[in-house]
Amino acid sequence: MTTQTLDRVAEGRPVTPTQEPVRTARIPMRRIVGVELRKSFDTRAGLWLLASVGLASVLTSGAVIAWAPDDDFTYSTFTTTIAFPMSVILPIIAALSVTAEWTQRSGLTTFTIVPHRGRIMLGKALALVSVALPATAAAFVVGAGGNVVGSWISGNETVWDQDLAAVPYLLLSLALALMMGLVCGTLIRNSAGAIVAFFVFSFVISPLLGFLAMTQDWFRDVQPWVDLDYQLTALLRGSFDSEQWSQLAATSGLWLLLPLVVGLWTLVRSEVK
Amino acid sequence: MITVESVTKTYGGFTAVDDVSFTASAGRVTGFLGPNGAGKSTTLRIVTGLTPPTSGSAHVVGRRFADLPNPGLEVGVLLDASAQHAGRTGREILRLSQQMMGLPRSRVDEMLELVSLTPDEAGRRVRDYSLGMRQRLGIAHALLGDPDVLILDEPANGLDPAGIRWMRDLLRGYADRGATVLLSSHLLHEIEVVADDIIVIGNGRIVAHGTKAELLASAGTHLRTRHPADLQAALDVAGMASNVTSPGVLRVDADPELVGRVATDARIPLIELRPAETAGLEEMFLELTADTQREGAAA
Repeated sequence: MTTQTLDRVAEGRPVTPTQEPVRTARIPMRRIVGVELRKSFDTRAGLWLLASVGLASVLTSGAVIAWAPDDDFTYSTFTTTIAFPMSVILPIIAALSVTAEWTQRSGLTTFTIVPHRGRIMLGKALALVSVALPATAAAFVVGAGGNVVGSWISGNETVWDQDLAAVPYLLLSLALALMMGLVCGTLIRNSAGAIVAFFVFSFVISPLLGFLAMTQDWFRDVQPWVDLDYQLTALLRGSFDSEQWSQLAATSGLWLLLPLVVGLWTLVRSEVK
Repeated sequence: MITVESVTKTYGGFTAVDDVSFTASAGRVTGFLGPNGAGKSTTLRIVTGLTPPTSGSAHVVGRRFADLPNPGLEVGVLLDASAQHAGRTGREILRLSQQMMGLPRSRVDEMLELVSLTPDEAGRRVRDYSLGMRQRLGIAHALLGDPDVLILDEPANGLDPAGIRWMRDLLRGYADRGATVLLSSHLLHEIEVVADDIIVIGNGRIVAHGTKAELLASAGTHLRTRHPADLQAALDVAGMASNVTSPGVLRVDADPELVGRVATDARIPLIELRPAETAGLEEMFLELTADTQREGAAA
């Protein structure tokens, strides 16, 4: 090693031991999280998806003002309506962060720089779920703006019917939606397939379960225990009781944990080509 | 140093890699030679932990690839230059890995300069790169962590002649500084020019391996004479196999000195006598892979 270092000096290569990372140091998780977060937004597709989250929040606020009855101009109407497009776009970003490694084949690089797929997946999960934080902040800030503008236009008193207690509920709803995106990506590992799977989950299965609950009495009591999308919407209304928490845990286990375990199990064993 | 021990990979009933063992030593360029579909890439993916082997094991600098704490600093890998997110810029791809490995930011520009990608090119998205530019970016990426081991799959693909020359010098320089360089190719000439050690693989099996000198020595003797039939008869008597490759030209599976002695004893004048070095590896390569290829076709 010493002779080699000397050779490198002789070759005029900069040898700066203080700056050179130690080869025996494992790549820390915070670095994986940082890089994975960056990877979600450093492509044109990623940037547009991010921009569309902001754009959609403003547009939905505008839609509420334009079409909702004036009496509905309350803070909660705005925040929950804004949360809707967010819980569609953010999971797509999450799914793509996993599927791009296969569809774009960047996994060949990712998994040779960090040869532990489990750690990369944990990094992705932490990075993507953390996106719920700024998204929640945006929902409440844009919602407040919409509420002020709405009441100014309608001439009614501005109704602030939400307090800080609503924040963790919306945050959790978005975080779980992001997880659902990750689960679709992990299980399917193909960009188009994962997005279709997510749409089927939120726009086909969930309405079907809702229809079933409407028409079949016996299913009405079952739905809260099996319909995750129903629970994500319920979260936006806040103030869960203990039974609702149990229902949320059950639906999350069914739709998030179970497929995630299966997806990870196959992902770790799969071949990266 | 890279050690591969009895690695086998089967897909259903198909054996892509069949009991492959070899060592790539420090300070040497090891060429991994084989026709397309011979199992080169699969073997390299197994070495880098991307494909789990059915049996056997592979070690890099004495450890399994997955056990390297920060592999980018020890092993530079380029398996497929096109396997990058098409929407990312070249510089961004290097930035991501530089950040992940914990290297100083300046390393990115150093590497871009080393592979002659201009700042303008580095700022373009990889989708707009030519194969040659992707290959240069891939090499920059492999060298980012200043590793002591390089694993490159078909790195010369898409490079222009000047680029191939440049890469050859680069790899030579790395090996001369004590690095282990393992590169695969189906381009015989590439391997013949740059490699010290050669491993030939065909249909998933290693069909020959050794130093370049050893493998070329077995290529025999090339000679020209106006009396090929007489000489062949004399060689037969001496127990040396020979065949006529073109009118008046013989290839003999023996040392030039011995062949010369036979010709002198038989009083047959020669026009030319030399080790069959030109395209020797090519003949060997075709010869060695022909059998396994026929077997493959029959199976």
